[in-house]
Amino acid sequence: MAEAKSPSVVSKVLNAAWVRPFLFLVVIVVAWDLAIRLFRIPAYQIPSPGDVVAVLYSDWPELLRQSWPTTYATICGFLLSAVFGIPVAMLIAGSRTVESYVYPLLVFSQSVPKIAIAPLFVVWFGFGIIPKVISAFLLGFFPVVVSAVQGFKSVDPDMVDLARAMQGSRFAVFRAVNLPHAMPAIFSGLKVSVTLAVVGAVVGEFVGSNSGIGYVMQRSIGTFDLPTMFAALVILALLGVILFWIVDRIERLVIPWHVSQRDDIIFAS
Amino acid sequence: MTNPATKPSPDTQPGAHLRLVSDRAGGATPGITLSGVSKTYRSRDGDVPSLRPLDFTINDGEFFVVVGPSGCGKSTLLKMISGLLPPTSGEVLIDGDKVTRPHGNVGIVFQNALLLPWRNILSNVMLPIDMKQLPRDKYLARAKELLKLVGLEGFEKKLPWQLSGGMQQRASICRALVHDPKIMLMDEPFGALDAMTRERMNVELMRIQRETGKTVLLITHSIPEAVFLADRVLVMTERPGAIAAIYDVPLPRPRSLDSMSDPVFTELVQRIRKHFFTQGTLD
Repeated sequence: MAEAKSPSVVSKVLNAAWVRPFLFLVVIVVAWDLAIRLFRIPAYQIPSPGDVVAVLYSDWPELLRQSWPTTYATICGFLLSAVFGIPVAMLIAGSRTVESYVYPLLVFSQSVPKIAIAPLFVVWFGFGIIPKVISAFLLGFFPVVVSAVQGFKSVDPDMVDLARAMQGSRFAVFRAVNLPHAMPAIFSGLKVSVTLAVVGAVVGEFVGSNSGIGYVMQRSIGTFDLPTMFAALVILALLGVILFWIVDRIERLVIPWHVSQRDDIIFAS
Repeated sequence: MTNPATKPSPDTQPGAHLRLVSDRAGGATPGITLSGVSKTYRSRDGDVPSLRPLDFTINDGEFFVVVGPSGCGKSTLLKMISGLLPPTSGEVLIDGDKVTRPHGNVGIVFQNALLLPWRNILSNVMLPIDMKQLPRDKYLARAKELLKLVGLEGFEKKLPWQLSGGMQQRASICRALVHDPKIMLMDEPFGALDAMTRERMNVELMRIQRETGKTVLLITHSIPEAVFLADRVLVMTERPGAIAAIYDVPLPRPRSLDSMSDPVFTELVQRIRKHFFTQGTLD
């Protein structure tokens, strides 16, 4: 967090931070290519990076078109898991009764494999966007709840007592103390959730859909079109990285006291 | 200082004379009165007595210090006076009014400064004002004045982590005073500070108490600190806590660190220390 002051140094650090994973990626791709040549792996088992890039280039418009439904389902599912996950976490952290009833069931429901029940959603909601959104939501929901519960519970009871002794209402104390305190934990949950939501959306597309990256993968597997399949994987990875990055940016905006040293809450003086 | 937050004292309260005398146990005694206050915690293994029935009065403007071994229920006492915890038996009266819920007429300082890391120092000091929903602009000047009083002028816009432990604790004292409460409750306020800072803070706390005229109830483990600060010292026994003795401290005020070499001081410290040695515990 010790960020250097002068812009030239900052840009240097930023450059390094961006360049390093790319360098590593290049190393991996080269190793992949070498391995295929060295061990003479046939193209129907693992395509060469060159083939994948060629497909990415030639089929780009089609891939881009197919990635919209997936992105849309991911974002909807992710937002739903935030909108439901955070209040559920509040209830669980706020009441022992709720916790004892709900939490074990929540954990139990997590051990049901989503891919096994995803066809059910198709039966119930048809081949549209809804089964994908639900499946993205189900995968994204749990990490938000677990992190947020931990965040809400880790607040110092003395701090809450102090605010309560000042006649703060339950809501006022919650807004001034518990909620800001839980924000870093909530965001770490949201970051895990957004990447899982991508997986959820693709699972939804596997079982019953006629659009989306998951559908592209399913189709290309059927025709042993491995380069397309790998190209779809690259798109998915990019989607995950971009969404993660967006959540990370929002985090910096919402809790600047945690990552930077700018004071945020200043009242008119 | 005039302040809408403080309750008017009983004799100025309109209609106070209309209340039944029996309503006000002990009459309209100013200060904090505990009559038969005890606390028993319920746990799975049965009831755990924390405090045996206590009876004592803290006068208005008094510096009252409680010393005792750990786990003798000192913090429980503090929570009951602030209205956060109902006593199992007996009642706590503040200026003759029974405490049944948080009354907001206290400022609390804990061992840790407990400043909110997302609020700057000034904003942290203003927390009680936000909680009590008092007009901010009215108290802003007072908050700044208090920060000046404890030597934190110029640090208003800093975030808590940018300040040393002693400075953070000073800010938390300002927070305890900003809504102009009648009573200051301090739970081992300087326990986390180094010995030198601690002595300086003690001198400063006495000065603040004299300038503001607050009633202070301070809990500590340090016997010399207790004698140095207090008008009266209450010595507590081991759990379940009970009153072992209450001592007057006849040292003249204002006191300085030199008061610690006064024979009266050393004798009193020794007498209080004996309580713990005969009990066989001291921490």
